[in-house]
Amino acid sequence: MEKRVTFKGWLLPVALIAPQALISLIFFFYPAAQAVWQSLFIPDPFGLSSQFVGLGNFEFLLKDPYYRSSFVTTAIFSTLVTLAAMIPALFLAVVADRLIKGAGAYRTMLIWPYAVAPAVAGVLWLFMFNPRVGVVAWYLGQLGYDWNHVLNDGEAMGLVVAASAWGRISYNFLFFFAGLQAIPKSLIEAAAIDGARFWKRFFTIVLPLLSPTTFFLLVVNVVYAFFETFGVIHTITSGGPQQATTILVYKVFSDGFVGQDLGSSSAQSVILLVVVGLLTIIQFKFVEKKVHY
Amino acid sequence: MAYQSDGMVEKSGASRWISHAIMILGVLFIFFPIWLAFVASTVTQADIVRPPMPVLPGPHFWENYKAALFSGVNVPVSVMLGNSLIMALGIAIGKIAISLLSAFAIVYFKFPGRKFFFWAIFITLMLPVEVRIVPTFEVVAGFGMLNTYQGLILPLIASATATFLFRQFFLTIPDELAEAARVDGARPMRFFWDIVVPMSRTNIAALFVILFIYGWNQYLWPLLITTDPSMNTIVMGIKQMFPSGDDTANWPVIMATSILAMIPPVVVVISMQKLFIRGLVDSEK
Repeated sequence: MEKRVTFKGWLLPVALIAPQALISLIFFFYPAAQAVWQSLFIPDPFGLSSQFVGLGNFEFLLKDPYYRSSFVTTAIFSTLVTLAAMIPALFLAVVADRLIKGAGAYRTMLIWPYAVAPAVAGVLWLFMFNPRVGVVAWYLGQLGYDWNHVLNDGEAMGLVVAASAWGRISYNFLFFFAGLQAIPKSLIEAAAIDGARFWKRFFTIVLPLLSPTTFFLLVVNVVYAFFETFGVIHTITSGGPQQATTILVYKVFSDGFVGQDLGSSSAQSVILLVVVGLLTIIQFKFVEKKVHY
Repeated sequence: MAYQSDGMVEKSGASRWISHAIMILGVLFIFFPIWLAFVASTVTQADIVRPPMPVLPGPHFWENYKAALFSGVNVPVSVMLGNSLIMALGIAIGKIAISLLSAFAIVYFKFPGRKFFFWAIFITLMLPVEVRIVPTFEVVAGFGMLNTYQGLILPLIASATATFLFRQFFLTIPDELAEAARVDGARPMRFFWDIVVPMSRTNIAALFVILFIYGWNQYLWPLLITTDPSMNTIVMGIKQMFPSGDDTANWPVIMATSILAMIPPVVVVISMQKLFIRGLVDSEK
């Protein structure tokens, strides 16, 4: 779509777009190009010179068991976060949608954890499950379960998943609730008159009609789990124990800043760029479809 | 017939109470971690290190919050709050300002390179800071912007989302308005200030709510570029309050800080709920 009426001149529009263009160039494009460039080299330990290795860094990465396991960890982590954030949200939204009075009040009470930073959520959950002082850990101990996410891989993963999904439930609830409210009540009444039970109505009418929302949230939550949960992992486990919670983004950080392995970190950045690119394309393909509806 | 649904689809009586009970349980579950943090911020360290900690608030509220705000662990939390406020406002206002200008240029002018700029802005969507950590850090360090507000703000303010949102909205502004402005001999910037910006008020406000929270909740970027504790933001500073060795963390002060870190964004969301929901829905479109 274009405007029919436009102003003349080219100096002014270029000046108007310049701030955005300069910031993008300096802080986005140049560093991204730099990442691609650095991924082709291995710097010597003193950072004085570097040796061109072509795709050597990538080859090394793909053979590196730690990197491979980080891929698997990321896949497990993002699947669990997406499910743990979406299923309770859908459930609550369905229940809230059945209420004629009070649904708005529940919505108000449910949406604000969205504003809690992932890193702060991490601290809250760490506090509840801290093996020495955590309340939940203590009660688990009373029940005979010895909770220690500092040593146990599975518990560490469970904790970062719960802390990551917690604030996200609000967000998903908001979209599911809006989606449910948009479904014409007459459709559901018709099915009810035909004698369809609640769960039958849910699976045959409500869920299919909700599928655009569900698919949209699926993509958004996967993106969230991939890129925005760094704060949770850094505050709770720092990627441990033994890399059990080191997702890809965390590994770029720990190899680049803690390990100072520039070539490998850049190669990982490039791989992530491809992942983001794919996710963005999926997101836009879907948005396009939504527009054509 | 409209209200037939009350009786037909929503079963009255018991089932309604069950629905309310489920919602209340959901709300309590969501609240629980925050309630514990609040309780922990009102008791003493001794209450916490001998679990189980109390479930009701204690009398040490002022003591803990005063300790957090004015002494903190590495740096007073009031300093971190100030840094977060500057960063969040800088990011929100910066993103809105440069996006308004570039959307205006793209929509209201035909100039060479317009398509190019449009796609260049679009591609920044695919370059989140998390994937270009090291080189972006090097650029900022090269400019001498480590431990500065510019360093905290500038690398995050390019915004494809905000630009597209404004572009989308500008396209709905009737052409007659621009036509009239042109006939009157109004300069483009005059039209921008007198017509376009006032008409975009609601969009600007909705976006501001979302972007303020986005800026406030940043973690990775401030962690990388603020090595000086007095430049830490509150969200990244909490983790720095934990001792590195085997010492026990100062839980009451840390939890008071966590509560303080939540208050500004939560207040923004609750007080501007309508704008917040609108901004959320718009910015994801």
